[in-house]
Amino acid sequence: MKKNLIGRIAGVLAGTAVIAASITGCGSSADGETANAATVTAQGTEAASTAAETESSEATASDSSKVYRTLDEIKESGTINIGVFSDKSPFGYVDENGNYAGYDVYFAERIGKDLGVDINYVSTEAANRIEYLQTGKVDIILANFTVTDERAQEVDFALPYMNVALGVISPADKVIKNLEDVSADDQIIVISGTTAETYLEKNYPDIKLQKYDAYAEAKTALENGNAAGWANDNTEVIAFSIENEGFTVGIPSLGDADTIAPAVTKGNESLLNWLNDEIKTLGEEKFFHADYEETLLDTYGADYEDTLVVEGGKVE
Amino acid sequence: MHSLGIDVLLKGTNMLRLLKGLWVSVEISLISVVISIVLGLVVGALMTSKNKLLKAFLRLYLETVRIMPQMVLLFIVYFGSTRVFGLNITAELSAIIVFVFWGTAEMGDLVRGSIKSIPKIQYDSAYALGMGKFQVYYYIIFPQTIRRLLPLSINLVTRMIKTTSLVMMIGIVEVLKVAQQIIEANRRSSPNAAFGVFAVVFLLYFIVCWPITRLATSLEKRWE
Repeated sequence: MKKNLIGRIAGVLAGTAVIAASITGCGSSADGETANAATVTAQGTEAASTAAETESSEATASDSSKVYRTLDEIKESGTINIGVFSDKSPFGYVDENGNYAGYDVYFAERIGKDLGVDINYVSTEAANRIEYLQTGKVDIILANFTVTDERAQEVDFALPYMNVALGVISPADKVIKNLEDVSADDQIIVISGTTAETYLEKNYPDIKLQKYDAYAEAKTALENGNAAGWANDNTEVIAFSIENEGFTVGIPSLGDADTIAPAVTKGNESLLNWLNDEIKTLGEEKFFHADYEETLLDTYGADYEDTLVVEGGKVE
Repeated sequence: MHSLGIDVLLKGTNMLRLLKGLWVSVEISLISVVISIVLGLVVGALMTSKNKLLKAFLRLYLETVRIMPQMVLLFIVYFGSTRVFGLNITAELSAIIVFVFWGTAEMGDLVRGSIKSIPKIQYDSAYALGMGKFQVYYYIIFPQTIRRLLPLSINLVTRMIKTTSLVMMIGIVEVLKVAQQIIEANRRSSPNAAFGVFAVVFLLYFIVCWPITRLATSLEKRWE
C-alpha cells in the first residue's frame, strides 16, 4: 500500500518536472537544438562536399525558422489574421453589435476582399503588436502603428496610410499659432510620458510645462483656464476642439511628422510587396479619403482630412 | 446630473458580449482552478517529503512562480513557445497552462503549510493505535488538512479568477476587455460610461466570486 502511493506520487512528480523543465529551460538550449536538427536533416539528405553541406544546412535552418505565411499560403488557407485594436475608437474598435469597425478596420476589410480571403481579427494591445508579428500569430498589424526606426528593425512596414504629428490647442479668444509666441508667464499642458512632453522639453526648454498623468485631468485643466494651451497628438487635440466649443487648434501639425503604416513580419516580402501595390492602387480611387469620410469624419471634421490622410503611400 | 452610462450596455448586443466575456474568464479560471487543486494537493504532499533533492526542486519551482509576474509567464508560454519550439499553442490553452503552473505552486505551498500545522501528537497517537502510514494520512491528517486548507484556497481561487483579466495581453477577449471596448466605442456619445460599465463588471466579478466564498463558509460550518 505504502509503496504504491509513493510510486504514484513519483509518477506525477516526474510529469510535473517535465512540464516545469520545458517551460523554464526553453531560453538556453533551444537555439542549439534547432541548429542540430537542421544539421542532421542536411546530412541525411545531402552527403556531398563540405561546401554543399554547409550551404544546405543554412537553407534548412532558414526554412524551419520562417514563422510568417507567404501571400500564397494565406490565399490557400482562405483566412488572413489581422491584428487590430479593439478599444481605440475611431481607429479600431468593436461596435455595439460586436463587429470590428474603424479607420484601420475599414482598410483591413478591403485587404480581405481584394485577397479573396476571410478575415480573422485578433485583438492586440500596444505592447504586444511586435510580438504578434515576430511569432507569425498574425499576418498583418493594422493597429494605429506609428513607424519608428526602432520598430523598423523588428518588423517590416509597408507604405503609410495616415499622418500623425503633435498639435497644440488653445482657447479660441487667445489662440497660440506659434510656440515662439508663448510668453514667459504662460504654461503649456502636457500629459506625462507622451511624445509631446519629450518634444517640448527638447526643443522648447524655456516653455513652462504643466504635467498631468491622465487625459481627463489635462482636459479639466484646460477648461478651467489653468494654462495657455495643451500639446498632444494632433488627433487627440483636434477631436477635443470638435467636441468642445471655445477651443481652437492653432498648431495642427508640429514637430517630426510621423506616419502610420501596416506592418508585416520581417522578411515576408511577398505580403509586403502585395500590400505596397495595394496601397498604391487604392490611391487611384482615393480609398483612404473615403475611409476617412466613413470612419473619422465624425471625430475630426472635414477640415483635417488632408492633414491626416496619406493617399497612395505618398507623404506630402 | 449625468447618467452613469449604464445605458450603453443596453445598446445592441453589448450586455450579451459582456456576459460572453465573463464566461471566457470563468471558463479559463475554473478549468485552471480544478487542475491546480488536484496537482496542488500532490505537490503540497511532496513538499513535506524528507528527500532534500525533491524539496529543493519544489522550492525552486515555487520561488520561480512567485518571482515571475503572470504576465511574463503568459508571454513566455504563448509567444515564447512559438519563437523557440515553433509550437502554436492556442491563447486559451496558454492561459490555462500558466494559471495551472501558478495555481499548483501556490496551492502546493498552502497544502504544505496545512499539513505542517497538524500537531505531531496527532501522528504519534495514530501510530500508537497501530495505524499504518497510509492510514494515518488518509484518516487522520488529510481530513484535518483539508479543513484548514479551505479558507486559504478560496482566497487563491478568487484571486485566480480576477487575474484572468491579464489574458487580454495574449489576445483573449474577456470581460474586462469587452468593458474597455464598450467604453471606448461610446467615448463620444457617453463620456461617463466608464463608471457605469466598470460598476457592472465589478458586480459580475462579485456574482462569480461570492457563491464560492458562501460555499466555503457553509462547508466550514458543516465540518465544525
